[in-house]
Amino acid sequence: MSTATTTHASVARRDQPPMLVAGPIAWARANLFNSVWSSLVTLALSYFLIKYAISLIDWAFIKSVWTVPTDPATGRLDPTACRVAKEEGGACWAVIWDRYRFILFGRYPFDEQWRAAIVVVLFLGLYVVSAMRRFWRAELALIWIATLTAIGVLMWGGVLGLRYVPQDEWGGLPITLILATFGLAFAFPIAVLVALGRRSTSLPAVKLLCVVYVEVIRGVPLISLLFMASVMFPLFMPADLNPDKLLRAQIAIILFAAVYLAEVIRGGLQALPKGQYEAADALGLSYWKKTFLIILPQALRLVIPPLVNTFIGFFKDTSLVLIIGIFDLLTSGKVAVTEPIWQAFSTEVYIMLGLIYFCFCFSMSRYSRGLEREFGQSVRR
Amino acid sequence: MSSTSTDPRLSEPRRAPAKGLTLSWSDPRLRAIVWQVVIIGLIAAGIWYLVDNTAANLEKARIATGFDFLGRTAGIPVGEYLIPYDPAVNTYGRAFMVGVLNTLMVSVVGVVLTTLLGTFVGIASLSHNWLLSRLCHAYVEVMRDVPLLLHLLFWYAMLLTLPTVREAMELLPGMFLSNSGLRVPLLVWEPAHSWALLAFIAGWIGTYLAQRRARRMQNATGERPRVWPVAVVAMLLVPLAVWLVLGAPFTMEMPVRSRFRFTGGGAITPEFMALMIGLVLYHSAFAAEIVRSGIQSVPSGQWEAAGALGLKRSVTLREIVLPQALRVIIPPMTSTYLGVAKNSSLAVAIGYPDLVSIMNTTLNQTGQAIEGIALIMAVYLSISLSISLFMNWYNARIALVER
Repeated sequence: MSTATTTHASVARRDQPPMLVAGPIAWARANLFNSVWSSLVTLALSYFLIKYAISLIDWAFIKSVWTVPTDPATGRLDPTACRVAKEEGGACWAVIWDRYRFILFGRYPFDEQWRAAIVVVLFLGLYVVSAMRRFWRAELALIWIATLTAIGVLMWGGVLGLRYVPQDEWGGLPITLILATFGLAFAFPIAVLVALGRRSTSLPAVKLLCVVYVEVIRGVPLISLLFMASVMFPLFMPADLNPDKLLRAQIAIILFAAVYLAEVIRGGLQALPKGQYEAADALGLSYWKKTFLIILPQALRLVIPPLVNTFIGFFKDTSLVLIIGIFDLLTSGKVAVTEPIWQAFSTEVYIMLGLIYFCFCFSMSRYSRGLEREFGQSVRR
Repeated sequence: MSSTSTDPRLSEPRRAPAKGLTLSWSDPRLRAIVWQVVIIGLIAAGIWYLVDNTAANLEKARIATGFDFLGRTAGIPVGEYLIPYDPAVNTYGRAFMVGVLNTLMVSVVGVVLTTLLGTFVGIASLSHNWLLSRLCHAYVEVMRDVPLLLHLLFWYAMLLTLPTVREAMELLPGMFLSNSGLRVPLLVWEPAHSWALLAFIAGWIGTYLAQRRARRMQNATGERPRVWPVAVVAMLLVPLAVWLVLGAPFTMEMPVRSRFRFTGGGAITPEFMALMIGLVLYHSAFAAEIVRSGIQSVPSGQWEAAGALGLKRSVTLREIVLPQALRVIIPPMTSTYLGVAKNSSLAVAIGYPDLVSIMNTTLNQTGQAIEGIALIMAVYLSISLSISLFMNWYNARIALVER
């Protein structure tokens, strides 16, 4: 009901109070109960929401067990309290309390896990710095190189008095972050070249190669590439030169990610007005000067939001390395609950893993949406 | 031009610059050819190097090559199959076919359910009801920000914590849910049912034709003949009559509970259920976003104009907005469908015997990794290509016809 009619009605019949047009009740009337159907939906949804919220809180907080005592006879943890809680419909968070170091850092030597923790913090810092627009210039590449080197030193050790930790002892969250970040860092230049190659008019053979590469990789699941990396790659290489499993998976992920990034970048190249290309040609710039000084800086800026979305997808896809037995976050969570005393409590661990992935992906998607809005404004203006 | 002219530039006709290839680095065409030769040469050399290594490695490891292994007896136990399969007698080729069919079934069911749930959530997230739209947004965020593999592991673990067969939950009479999956009553199929089904399909085609005729008449005369009586008769009464005339057979095969397992009835395994729940929940979040943004891309003037004509909101959505939104929705929806088909390969993590899981066992047993992976890739490439072709055809059909 519009304001005008409300005033009119209230003038006409002074014995009734005017209809509310502001305040919580009016809001509820407009947004929750504006028709019979809407009211029914609201009531049904609230009923289920309240019912499930209560049982969820009951499960997670009220009937749950947070720590379990150590059994003095064996010196091990005694999960009896958790079993009882499970019978009564409560969560057993003690499994997280006991195993969180293993879930986060896998089989990395226990005393050296502070290094893995610093690596995670470095990665987070790198993401935050890369997300800030004031750092979007050439120096960002230097920051990336420096941080990734520091991460390599911390993970491997062997210098600066750090103990050497071989690659097959790495695990957990650092592996997930390494696969995703190094994947992005190496896939990105390949993706730019493939996108340029696919739009090339003077090099038909190169264009054909790029098209075949993109279409084949896009048509097959990532798993088949990971299988290829784990069982076929050793056959491709000379017997004495065999990179380890993590590197092989990393190569597969790079090849996979490059294709999806290339398609996004190609979209940016296509969206750029033709005048930019022609103006650069008119200035007599060579192809590479034209591309790196005029075209790419504008085209990449256009596609930053979809690039972030692609990165989110491919951050989640790194979890697929579980299938070829690499110790990423998901694998270490899955292995943590194979321990006999915690076998019945996988739900709690999976929920924690889900929360970790959710925090990463949700913040990235919020960021991408914010950028989109910001860029949209400048285009509209 | 007069012959008395003394200017030599005018006496000779001006020619365009030479078209022939000059052997100079400043000729862009020569550069293009040289670059292409170099790049192709490098790639060919790389491939030759890999092939050479592979041949040497295969010989050293005494691994056979070729597809002969497909004819050998497989001995792979497979839990679920659409075509008869017995590990003791059937070949790897048969196991491969079982895998392909399972993958296809998961993809088709997954695509259909994803579309239904995604469309529903996408439309509901635009509802004027604040609670409903908030809930749909929350659903989308939670479902798509968790890796699919985690979804699968989580739902599989949840299904395995269900009560045992002895304490199975009876959801509906004859429908049991336990940690060995879902058991449902199954209709005993008889010829009468086939005939009734045939009559139903004929009725469906008839209704479609009647609808087309109705539309034609509406376009010509402005009056639309009723279609629903035709639909009721053709799709409901005639099949029912056929079924009654043939003796109206109706026996349900009920699942019978014994101590440790069920016998009879139809079974849905926990692996299949977990795979379906995970795939559909994950992808429907993406589908919902696609539907939502597609509907939002239709200018609000269309809603207002339809409202001014006195159309209800539901009719406006169905007849005015969705047909326009579909043009925006179809291309990204195609990639979601491709995603469902490709991600069904994650079934290997929870032990559902899809193509990848069967081929994985095969290549572990035979050692013929190259052939196995080539087969996997070939099948997925064909599936992807078929989905793309179909969706392109559909997209072209609904595209705006500009006059």
